[in-house]
Amino acid sequence: MPEIEKNLLDIQHLRIEATSYPPGEPPRDVVLVDDVSVSLKPGRVLGLIGESGAGKSTIGLSSMAYARGGARLAGGHIILNGRDIIHLTGGKLRSLRGKEVTYVAQSAAASFNPSKRLMDQVIETTLKNRLMPRPAAEKRARELFRKLGLPNPDSFGERYPHQVSGGQLQRAMTAMALCPKPDLVVFDEPTTALDVTTQIEVLAAIKEAIRDTGVAALYITHDLAVVAQVADDILVLRHGKKVEYGTTDQIINAPKQAYTQALVSVRSIDHEEKAEAPPVLSVAHVTARYNGTNFDVLKNVNVELPAGQTLAVVGESGSGKSTLARAITGLLPPTQGKITFAGRELSPALPGRKRDDLRELQMIYQMADTAMNPRQTVGQIIGRPIEFYFGLKGEAKRVRVQELLDQIEMGKGFADRYPAELSGGQKQRVCIARALAAKPKLIICDEVTSALDPLVADGILKLLLDLQRQENVAYLFITHDLATVRAIADRIAVMYRGQVVRYGSKTDVLTPPFDDYTDLLLSSVPEMRLGWPEEVLEHRKMESAGN
Amino acid sequence: MKLTLSAGIGILLTAMFVLSAIFAPLIAPYPLDLTVGGVWDAPSAKNWLGTDTIGRDILSRLIYGGQITIFVALASSVIAFSLGSFFGFLAAVRGGWTDQILSRIVDLMMAIPSPIVALVLLSVLPLNLPVLILVIGVLDSTRVFRLARAVSMDIAVMDYVEAAKLRGEGQIWVIFREILPNALSPLVAEFGLRFIFAVLFISTLSFLGLGVQPPLADWGGMVKENKDGLIYGKSAALMPAAAIAALAISVNLVADWVLSRTTSLKGGRGA
Repeated sequence: MPEIEKNLLDIQHLRIEATSYPPGEPPRDVVLVDDVSVSLKPGRVLGLIGESGAGKSTIGLSSMAYARGGARLAGGHIILNGRDIIHLTGGKLRSLRGKEVTYVAQSAAASFNPSKRLMDQVIETTLKNRLMPRPAAEKRARELFRKLGLPNPDSFGERYPHQVSGGQLQRAMTAMALCPKPDLVVFDEPTTALDVTTQIEVLAAIKEAIRDTGVAALYITHDLAVVAQVADDILVLRHGKKVEYGTTDQIINAPKQAYTQALVSVRSIDHEEKAEAPPVLSVAHVTARYNGTNFDVLKNVNVELPAGQTLAVVGESGSGKSTLARAITGLLPPTQGKITFAGRELSPALPGRKRDDLRELQMIYQMADTAMNPRQTVGQIIGRPIEFYFGLKGEAKRVRVQELLDQIEMGKGFADRYPAELSGGQKQRVCIARALAAKPKLIICDEVTSALDPLVADGILKLLLDLQRQENVAYLFITHDLATVRAIADRIAVMYRGQVVRYGSKTDVLTPPFDDYTDLLLSSVPEMRLGWPEEVLEHRKMESAGN
Repeated sequence: MKLTLSAGIGILLTAMFVLSAIFAPLIAPYPLDLTVGGVWDAPSAKNWLGTDTIGRDILSRLIYGGQITIFVALASSVIAFSLGSFFGFLAAVRGGWTDQILSRIVDLMMAIPSPIVALVLLSVLPLNLPVLILVIGVLDSTRVFRLARAVSMDIAVMDYVEAAKLRGEGQIWVIFREILPNALSPLVAEFGLRFIFAVLFISTLSFLGLGVQPPLADWGGMVKENKDGLIYGKSAALMPAAAIAALAISVNLVADWVLSRTTSLKGGRGA
């Protein structure tokens, strides 16, 4: 292979540091990125992948010689278009950013100025760097809108950010980045905040735009299946260090490092669907609305959950799945219908429920951070339900707390720690222990793994399955992630706009023929297979043409 | 958290005031009511800060007066805090009608300037220390209510409060175990500020003749007794005034320092 073409970007032995200020201790330096070297040829796409804190965004931003608040570029070289940009300052940096390198942020909704029209924002950097006159820039923006598949590309720019959807906004931001004809675009998790059904369209649009404009790109994400679709090469990062660097094909199909193999094989949990059994929870004809609105968020919902099994409730944001949990717990009393739990009909509102109803129906939250009182130790957090429901005190309580800590595989020495001293996965484990302490028959898990890194989330799911076997507890598992559903569910309810559109055992729900919405949802789940988004979208186009 | 220079000065001065108030009988050179010199004697080796309008030693009266001023201010701040934060938390936790009624009562009380309410109340009620403390405490509690309600509104929507409610915990547990520990830092800082306002308030009332009554002495009353001396160029009225200012500033320095630890209401909770 001849090596004639010069590298567009050459990052050599990059080191990025920051100063941390732990409370009560002298400040110390932490290394965010340690000795990372990558290179990128014009027109190629490099995927940066890793868990949170792996330094992927930090490296991405360093290609614009930028370090986020507190961090500093401490060593190495960043060579862009043949010159080292690491020590550039002021005006030279300004003309580099937005001209040679541009950036697409994760949350487009938070990144657009709500009081300016989209067109003015999309062409702003192009005009500021005097790259083309206004009419030419607007013409180019309209071309990009068309290429990115935005509706009414000629008048799209006249709208304000709140008038378009999240997926469209993300595409508008991609147009903004491509408008000045940069050499390099940094995509920082551009599809992470979107629903799966939107993600696939945005992903395909970005991929096509990259290919058509011939721009080089750094694509940052935590989702291997997403990066596999767009990247030519992949750099796997962990704790600021390089783990593995290779072509997409090699990383996906023949990973060398153990960590990469774990990333590729994540969600490999085998779960046999359990047989039918009498229900511990049945929700019949439940309709609910929030106070002061005239709109039903739940419409005639009917589901049943057998004892010791898992019912997964799936849907996009706004589909009413969390509201269903609120109705079952009594936080939002349903306007119609009834909820039967362990053979008793539950009072619709929380104050009317008996202590045993409360004890046997526990809940685990998405954000473990806010689900635990930061002023209580782990021992107090887990100990309270033991004392409250079973009246255990002193030594007996301490022993039971330790028993629960052992069950969640945390061992000794954690009872005296505060939540701030735990990692994300450990926090979620403590929340599980608090729910278990009540010896419940049913635990509602509201997106419990969504805020966690894939490997940590995997550990939590395995723990939940183990506990289900030991304690015969049923889970109502709310999630938007279909891979998780496949891993743990016995029964599935698919929700769309407050209604259950498909419900049954896992095999039934996941076997064709599908209804339209389930088909859309299932086919949108990222797959590692190359060319997956185009295939799916092509298929959809043909189907709608056939109709 | 590092002790800053200003905080150190504040703590030192505050401690000095508090200690001299507690050990007043041991420290004060003369009894409270003894005439020891002429009218408005200038400061001398015998009377360090001079004598007052009927020849009593000003330093001794300042020390005894500090006892009353600090005690009344402290007691009324404690009442203001107990009342204000309890009802503030209750309003935030219960919401709905409870919140509406409590908040509107507080609005009503705040709509009328508190010195006027205090003057009217004190001219009707018997003038003694408990009544004085109660009036100041209740009037001040409206401000604490506002703060406590605002702080706990943020906390009451946290998942751990919801978890406690789902567990079946009562309102008292939720308020004192889940919300109070997390609302404490801003409230403690506010306590310092409210204490200063209570000092100023009691001094104002005494100056107007409706506060602490003779034979007890307090700083505001001392300014009132000696204010005529200012016309003749006597410094007597300035001494208690300076004491009020010094106490207010030193407590303020401490409160500022505590407040700076909790600039972000959420950030201060972790450790």
